[in-house]
Amino acid sequence: MKRSITGCLVLLGVASLLTASGLAQGTGQRAKAQNVPEIPFESVPNFFKMPPDVYFGEAMGVARNSKGNIFVYHRRDDTRLFEFDPNGTFVREWLPNSYGHEFAHKVRVDKDDNVWVVDEGTNMIIKMSPEGRVLMVLGRRPEAVEGAVETPQGDPPPDERYLFGRPTDVGWDPQGNIFISDGYINHRVVKFDKNGRFVRKVGSNLRGTEPYQFNTPHSLAVDAQGNVYVADRGNARIQVFDNNLVLRAIYDNVGNPWEVCISPGPHQYLFSSNSNPDSNTPASSWDVSGEIYKMELDGRIVGKFGRAGKAIGQFQTVHGIDCRNPDELIISEISAWRVQKIRLRQTTTTSSR
Amino acid sequence: MKRLLLVSLAAATVAFGVSVSAQLNFPEIPYDAVEPLQLTRDVYIGEAAGVAANSKGDIFVYTRLGTPVITTAGARNVSHGGSRLFQFDRTGKFVREIGQGAYGFLQAQQVRVDPQDNVWVVDQMSNQVIKFDPNGRVQMIFGRKPEAMRVPNLPLNTLPDTYALVPNRPAPPAAGRGAGPGAGANPPANAPPPGAGPPGENFNRPTDVAWDSAGNIYITDGYGNSRVAKYDPNGKWIKNWGSTGSGDGQFRVVKGIVIDAQNNVYVADRDNRRIQVFDTEGNFRAQYRNVGSPWAICITPPPRQFLYVSNSNPPNNLDYDGEIVKMTLDGRIVGKFGRAGKLLKEFGTVNSLDCRAENELLVGELGNWRVQRVTLKPPAGTQ
Repeated sequence: MKRSITGCLVLLGVASLLTASGLAQGTGQRAKAQNVPEIPFESVPNFFKMPPDVYFGEAMGVARNSKGNIFVYHRRDDTRLFEFDPNGTFVREWLPNSYGHEFAHKVRVDKDDNVWVVDEGTNMIIKMSPEGRVLMVLGRRPEAVEGAVETPQGDPPPDERYLFGRPTDVGWDPQGNIFISDGYINHRVVKFDKNGRFVRKVGSNLRGTEPYQFNTPHSLAVDAQGNVYVADRGNARIQVFDNNLVLRAIYDNVGNPWEVCISPGPHQYLFSSNSNPDSNTPASSWDVSGEIYKMELDGRIVGKFGRAGKAIGQFQTVHGIDCRNPDELIISEISAWRVQKIRLRQTTTTSSR
Repeated sequence: MKRLLLVSLAAATVAFGVSVSAQLNFPEIPYDAVEPLQLTRDVYIGEAAGVAANSKGDIFVYTRLGTPVITTAGARNVSHGGSRLFQFDRTGKFVREIGQGAYGFLQAQQVRVDPQDNVWVVDQMSNQVIKFDPNGRVQMIFGRKPEAMRVPNLPLNTLPDTYALVPNRPAPPAAGRGAGPGAGANPPANAPPPGAGPPGENFNRPTDVAWDSAGNIYITDGYGNSRVAKYDPNGKWIKNWGSTGSGDGQFRVVKGIVIDAQNNVYVADRDNRRIQVFDTEGNFRAQYRNVGSPWAICITPPPRQFLYVSNSNPPNNLDYDGEIVKMTLDGRIVGKFGRAGKLLKEFGTVNSLDCRAENELLVGELGNWRVQRVTLKPPAGTQ
């Protein structure tokens, strides 16, 4: 008994150390799932072809449209949104010097090829037409006249329907309703109708570990039935909600989900990345995290691939996955300042099920 | 004097009666709206804080665009950028940018065009009002940009108030701190009341500008102060009126100003939820308490002038307010149109109105990054 108390104290000490070093999200732990088959894969070398003055910073989000063009939302000198053609050739920058771009978090493309970016610096979600015109903005950037904003100590203020606290991701159901995960300051998911009007939310400004609560909802994806899969990163689980945000399932065996993605088509797959923590701290996290899981929507694991590392074909804090083609993923990484095109060996995938 | 008091009491009673009778019951004015600006990949806008047209129908947009920057690694924290002034022709085609990189373009608040087609911008963060001639050259400057910004100056837990644009700042340290117990606690007997502003420029988040028939200049100031400042046509300060409060001639967030052909001055007293009417000397004439929170105001040209007033939704909601009210100069409501939302014909935190014709308005929004041109249709059976 005494021994176990001592153990708890040690654990507490470690936990507070982690908090102090910015790893309060509990990331970098080994996933519970055992004996998961490895899916062979390859990284396409030199896929992106960029002019000399075009390069990536921290690649936070990546998404393809229906034509295969690739959008990368990344943190460089300023936060920027780049478009590439399906062969990886640079096309153009979108909305340079936008009022809404400050600190990239995610880019997604909806079924009508509108491009949406989620910016955790301006607390805004911006919808752009396929031609690059701003169609809708959600949330609002704090006004410059108020000066710099301090990070809150203790509980953040109550969440507001139409304002966000460092939002993380956006998704849509087949009717066009909008789901937003929000985020680092709030800990909730909000549903808006297609015109941007509040419908309902789950979670609040307070983090929690119970069902219906979140600890940094970091990503989300919506399936063809309108179910919402929320990457509850700090709680090391995926919470699955129906379209009215009623909890249906919890998948807690795939580590800390930094990024989730659902492929289209009649047989949809769920991808979830147990990304290694940025800066690889503690160093041992490199050895137990960094892999990506391929799952059925009901939570059964098909297989996994990848591991933490700096070489091509390894991953450094995966933050964005495009899975429009479930056998050919585009994967963006924070710590490596890069985006990789990954081909999964489909035959092996099938045989491992 | 007694008579004046009675008149204003009567006016207040009438106005109060009107405000109780639920503004939502005003008649609906049918209307259409389009987005007039032809925006491209290279020319687009952010928050449309100010919009105004000149006599040729050219449209000027003072927009919050780009990143407002405060330097680190300097002797002090200096602010740069964050707003731009664009000119479009009446068909919405982009003509040019005015004042690119201007020292005072930090947080767009308003733009107005005077009778000589000069373009005036009001910047809430640089605390400046800048007059450009019709060719886009700087003609006159009011106020001065603060040399440095305090960083950080606002803890996050006051952000909900920030979003409502009613900053709940911590009280400043008492003046003369350290000079002894109680020093600075009681201001000197001759000190001006809070919000009265200094005898001069030195604005604190100014909001709007207008001109009387003699060319005198009136600046509303604003979020930080609670005054109207009057200058002669050469820019020399004449007088202030107003202080923080809710009495006659007092303001809480004095947000906009227009002047009619008879030189009556209409001031949008936003957080007191009223329009106050003054003469050009600042003498209180009347108040209209039936328009909700006036975020933006414009006046149509003579001979028969009307006011349009926006009861804008604050940025943190889309579920109430947002309508624009048409009223006569004596405060009677003609009708209203619109509601808060993101669709065309809906309004997202309107911050600017321009009305050079009675039935055609330009509407600038903060909550949606756009300008709408609204055309009102006279209801069947009228006129």
